[in-house]
Amino acid sequence: MTDVPVDDRAVKAPAAPGPALRRLRELALVPALVALIVLGALVNDSFLTERNLISILGASAALALVVLAESLILITGRFDLSLESTVGIAPALGALLVIPASSAGFGTELPVALGLPAIVLVGAAVGAFNGFLVVRLRLNAFIVTLAMLIVLRGLLVGATEGRTLFDMPEPFFAIATTTFLRIPLSVWAAAAAFGAAGFVLRHHRLGRALYAIGGNPEAARAAGIRVERVTFAVFVIGGVLAAVAGLVLTGYVGAINANQGQNMIFTVMAAAVIGGIGMDGGKGTMTGAVTGVLLLGVVQNLLTLAQVPSFWIQAIYGGIILVALMIARVTSGKAQD
Amino acid sequence: MAEFGRPPGEPVRPLVEAAGVRKRFGPTVALADARLTVLPGESHALVGRNGAGKSTLVNVLTGVFPPDAGQVRFDGAPAPSPSDRDGWRARVACVYQKSTIVPDLTVAENLFINRQPGVRGAAARWPLGRGLVGWKRMRREAAELLAAWNVDVHPDLRAGDLGVESRQLVEIARALSFGARFIILDEPTAQLDSTEIERLFARMRALQESGVTFLFISHHLQEVYEVCQAVTVFRDARWITTAPVADLPRAALVAAMTGEAEGLGARPARPGAGPGAPVRLEVTGLTGPAYREVSLRVRRGEVVGLAGSSASGKVELAETLAGLRRPAAGTATLDGAPLPPGDVRGALRAGVGLVPRDRHRQGLVPGLPVGENAAMTITDRLGRFGIIAPGRLAAFARASIRDLGIVAAGPEQPVSDLSGGNQQKVVMARALATGPRLLVLVDPTAGVDVKSKEALLAVIDEVRGTGTAVVVVSDELDDLRPADRVLVFFHGRIAAEHAAGWSDQDLVASIEGVTTDD
Repeated sequence: MTDVPVDDRAVKAPAAPGPALRRLRELALVPALVALIVLGALVNDSFLTERNLISILGASAALALVVLAESLILITGRFDLSLESTVGIAPALGALLVIPASSAGFGTELPVALGLPAIVLVGAAVGAFNGFLVVRLRLNAFIVTLAMLIVLRGLLVGATEGRTLFDMPEPFFAIATTTFLRIPLSVWAAAAAFGAAGFVLRHHRLGRALYAIGGNPEAARAAGIRVERVTFAVFVIGGVLAAVAGLVLTGYVGAINANQGQNMIFTVMAAAVIGGIGMDGGKGTMTGAVTGVLLLGVVQNLLTLAQVPSFWIQAIYGGIILVALMIARVTSGKAQD
Repeated sequence: MAEFGRPPGEPVRPLVEAAGVRKRFGPTVALADARLTVLPGESHALVGRNGAGKSTLVNVLTGVFPPDAGQVRFDGAPAPSPSDRDGWRARVACVYQKSTIVPDLTVAENLFINRQPGVRGAAARWPLGRGLVGWKRMRREAAELLAAWNVDVHPDLRAGDLGVESRQLVEIARALSFGARFIILDEPTAQLDSTEIERLFARMRALQESGVTFLFISHHLQEVYEVCQAVTVFRDARWITTAPVADLPRAALVAAMTGEAEGLGARPARPGAGPGAPVRLEVTGLTGPAYREVSLRVRRGEVVGLAGSSASGKVELAETLAGLRRPAAGTATLDGAPLPPGDVRGALRAGVGLVPRDRHRQGLVPGLPVGENAAMTITDRLGRFGIIAPGRLAAFARASIRDLGIVAAGPEQPVSDLSGGNQQKVVMARALATGPRLLVLVDPTAGVDVKSKEALLAVIDEVRGTGTAVVVVSDELDDLRPADRVLVFFHGRIAAEHAAGWSDQDLVASIEGVTTDD
């Protein structure tokens, strides 16, 4: 190896931010979260109680799982709007297989031990179909999953004839009603899912492959990553997570409405983007996504506690999300493209 | 050059050999009869006009797709099978013009995408533990790799924040780390300024001495003579000739590329506009993001070149004239009327036409047809109440295609289908559409072939005859040749002025900020 003459004018590389600083940037939303909590404590005495904090977590668990699913898909550089319909149809189909025909079920009356896995299976199947459309047929993810959103919602309304399903056996609600250390199982499940996803994204080659695919698919392919296969798998995982979120929501509500999950995708996207997940792919962390979810959960809770008239709650909630997006734009210093 | 311990007299076995390579895409013959022989340790230039088959040959040489006929051999052995990516990577690597890094990952991770060093210890025995990324180890190995090849880039930087030069070096280092000692550089200098190009060449020579072989693709023939020992010329999908650069003077090389004996050097110097011509553009004390207190005058029919390194402020000044940037102080007037600062529409209306620096970013909308791209600046003139009359658009587009010699199926063809040279002509048509009184050209011939270059530069002579003032911003000496005088920018100020007839050496010296007269 001979010495390369080093030019004096050589551009000095800008100092690299240490890992610590990059970590800090992931936590850009934490001050906003803290400010909201302080505000909540000042405004309402019952806000900072253990019971209320646990209820915030319980109410956010389903959203968190869908945000996790969407974040994985967004990081891979794709889209899935149909997750919100999976949240409805997956537990509904599971329930319809189990409950008797007298309660609007299919009449198959399968045992619960088959009904619950069926929920997960439905989620995986929907994800696989989305993946097939987007990856193999190369259809535009945005419009295809929008179509799937409508189709799945229609299937749910058709299968239940618009009715609400009540008569599920206890295990359908267990995930939201069982508590461990006074915190619902659903929260533990969401936390574990986020922890595992965060670890794999940061420390496993598979997780790093998602960032490579989302950032520059050609470079990923050139590096030997099986871009199509990984993307397909991410859609399947997304579907499964959405189905589990549906089960969590079922337990939380205590029934399955034909509208379950409807309009949820907007909140999901907002939480992901507020949390720093890039809409263009290849960008974002699970820490950020979690803070995005918690931020919206706290806001929702505060609005309820403040007894905002229910006719106005949507406008205010939407407005707060807009402001949060603007703040996130400023604190991250980068365009949300 | 390295001899590799071979007894003298014995012929050197070529490192890369392609023979009788043919490739068709549907009806298009991309390669009719391609040959290439690269000897170990040399820097071999591959030149040819756009569409000559260079890119297809590169794709065959890197195993992106197999040839229909013919064969490729590396160091005497047949090329690996198309599915054996690791086999290809260990033999050859290409640094494309289009970046193959992932912008949001660090430099270290880009070096080790999909082969990140694992963790040691108990964690490696977990389920899926073999895929765990050893971040510390990866950062250390990345630093070692970069240091081994003298690449001064911090491994923790976000790769998207690197400049073009550093990015190329990282890609070269990555290629070398796979064991490849044959590196294809696809137009590496297209986005670099002259200082950066010199540094790249210095590095190429150093790597060459340590046993790396380069295939160097460039439109800038001067660079071929500067850094390569041998050159292969392609034309119309065929191999034309291979020769040591010393045996192929510039005129013969251009003749081999174009199939006719002519060269850019033959351009006769045009008589400049008389000093009595009225002043068209007057810039006074203009200060902006990268330039300070610039004053200059351009007369009717005069062509003024602006040269300087990429950080010299010349491009920023040109973009200010076109309204893309707002100056902090100073004025610019066109025929006595002030140019509205930071207002592109205002500048267009005042009579400024611009060929922007990067046609992909600012010049064209790739999916739109040729006609609409060319007419983008004059949509208000093609019909009443903002409605674009299809007939007038088509007539305008046909006129542009004819006047500039754009090779396109018709005004309806998407501009993304055209070759680089023809795309650039569409950008030129867009700039000329308004009938500008001041034409600002930034790197007007970047990444185009020799013939298109001639056609684009001929436009300058044409428009000056009608009294249009022209400002050409470029590092390319050929672009600056039509100018009556060249102003050299250095650190944001005009440092020197060269009247037409300057010697290449003097101009390059003052661009570099060194003086030759001592």
